[in-house]
Amino acid sequence: MTTRLSAQDVTLGYGDRVVSTRLSLDVPDGAFTAVVGPNGCGKSTLLRALVRLLKPAEGAITLDSRSVSDLPAKGLARELAFLPQDPLAPEGITVHQLVSRGRYPHQSLLALWTPEDERAVAEAMVTAEVEDLADRPVAELSGGQRQRVWVAMVLAQDTPYLLLDEPTSFLDITHQYRLLALLSRLRDEGRTVIAVLHDINQACRFADHLVAMKDGRVAAEGAAADVVDAALIKDVFDLPSVIVADPVSGTPMVVPE
Amino acid sequence: MTSAPPASPPTARTARPAILVVGLLALFAAGVASVAVGARAVPLGELWGALADFDPLNGDHLVVRDIRLPRTLLGIAVGAALAVGGALIQTLSRNPLAEPGILGVTHGAGFALTVGAALGLAGSAVSQLGLGVAGSVLATALVYAVGRHSTLRLLLAGVAFSAVLMGVSLGIRLTSPDTLDKYRFWAVGSLAGREQTDLTVPLVAIGAALVGALVIARSLNAIALGETVAHTLGANVARVRTATLVLITVLAGAATAVAGPILFVGLIVPHLLRRLTSGSVPWLVGLSAVVGPILMLVADTIARVLLHTGEVPVAIVTAFLGGPVLIWVVRRYGAGSL
Ligand SMILES: Nc1ncnc2c1ncn2[C@@H]1O[C@H](COP(=O)(O)OP(=O)(O)OP(=O)(O)O)[C@@H](O)[C@H]1O
Ligand SMILES: [Mg+2]
Repeated sequence: MTTRLSAQDVTLGYGDRVVSTRLSLDVPDGAFTAVVGPNGCGKSTLLRALVRLLKPAEGAITLDSRSVSDLPAKGLARELAFLPQDPLAPEGITVHQLVSRGRYPHQSLLALWTPEDERAVAEAMVTAEVEDLADRPVAELSGGQRQRVWVAMVLAQDTPYLLLDEPTSFLDITHQYRLLALLSRLRDEGRTVIAVLHDINQACRFADHLVAMKDGRVAAEGAAADVVDAALIKDVFDLPSVIVADPVSGTPMVVPE
Repeated sequence: MTSAPPASPPTARTARPAILVVGLLALFAAGVASVAVGARAVPLGELWGALADFDPLNGDHLVVRDIRLPRTLLGIAVGAALAVGGALIQTLSRNPLAEPGILGVTHGAGFALTVGAALGLAGSAVSQLGLGVAGSVLATALVYAVGRHSTLRLLLAGVAFSAVLMGVSLGIRLTSPDTLDKYRFWAVGSLAGREQTDLTVPLVAIGAALVGALVIARSLNAIALGETVAHTLGANVARVRTATLVLITVLAGAATAVAGPILFVGLIVPHLLRRLTSGSVPWLVGLSAVVGPILMLVADTIARVLLHTGEVPVAIVTAFLGGPVLIWVVRRYGAGSL
């Protein structure tokens, strides 16, 4: 397993409030990593630190052994794409416009909009199944449609890394599975996917690498089949449960008692 | 959710250049009307003559050259400055109610003029201009010093500081009738009589800031998605915010200094255009620079002919024209369009 992106002994927090202390994580390249854990345990905080939205108080986030804080902003944005938990679209913006914003890191004062940008935007809209909505105002879409539009924006960024904070929230069950299948497909094409997921069974089914967090630390990580057992679920979620094999995928399935 | 078909035309993207062309034609028409119409109506033939074949003994030519044309240019500059300033502040703050004076520009200028008038410094048009600019810049600098870490703090600082300045100036004016008199002339907001001053500096400042606004508009495309997303797209949020604030201050400060507070233009024009531009900031800025002057010239022309006895201040006309349009936009598209 190789790793380009990793957190090394980072202490993360907001002002005086410390969320994680000396947390280390190696994100496996070309794999689908799912981060799970109870509300408030620091999942979003970790993702925000990985994409340099939050500066670690101690330790460093590194990409190819270089601290991400030393990388140029647009250069980093061509490596890491991030979808926050609750993005808010500006008034009046249409789907096509919003998705086009994903091309921002690929543009410069001299290189304005190119056919390559247009192609990436069109492809991202098809992949996220929003091409029929292209000229609709984002404000007039349903929550699930909106979520897929934001996913399309992140895809248009065309980066080797995709970090998504709860991408399946607001989606109906069909679209949840379609999005997860899409992320698996992108992984198969060579991208590295890191997603915060709340449905542990979905995480077990789709992720190659599971990171279970509790109180700001990594409680367990590895392949779902290796790490998920009743003791872990009790420890992390404080939930008594029985673990059975998922009848479809054979991966662990948590059934609360 | 209703199952109604999409409300906006599917051709919004391709329609924008057409809107720009229509806007430029309308601006040209409004410009011609604003030169031709007034207490002394100038026939179109004479108008052309004044430009192509100037005759210093012809009364019509003199009116056009010395009064109407400078005033029209001033109207275009002020309208563009206010509308673009409004587009910038609304985009930066993601707040549809923000207007370009919200950062302290208007009340800073008003305060400086009041103090200047009380000290007997606001006699000439040039000194009034200087006072207005100094007040705007000082007020914005203070607001920036307090609130520079976040856009929300900036707005709060601007509103709070404006309230203080407004209170103090009101106090001064109430105790000094002479000061009130001088201030009143400025405070109604008008292009009348302002064309006689040498306006090279404010006009050049506005022109430069408009160019700057077009350059920075693409970065604002990223900032408009919120600071989190802007950062992850690689935008330098702090730098873009500072540059945008400087531009807003120059635009609103110069416009306010030469024409008084007519800031309503800056509130309404970006609203009218937001849907048409489908969220593209460069288009919003570009079209604001065309539609702002149209509103300003139409309002100023109406202001000139409305009363036989004299002129209605243009700020009053823009409010009368703009208010109903704003209400129409809200009713037509719902508050979500704001
Ligand atoms: N901007 C902030 N300022 C101060 N504290 C914060 C901020 N954001 C989050 N926190 C705190 O940090 C802790 C971790 O928050 P975080 O958002 O990382 O949780 P999470 O695991 O993503 O939770 P959820 O599943 O609810 O999204 C929480 O206790 C939260 O209250
Ligand atoms: Mg979270």
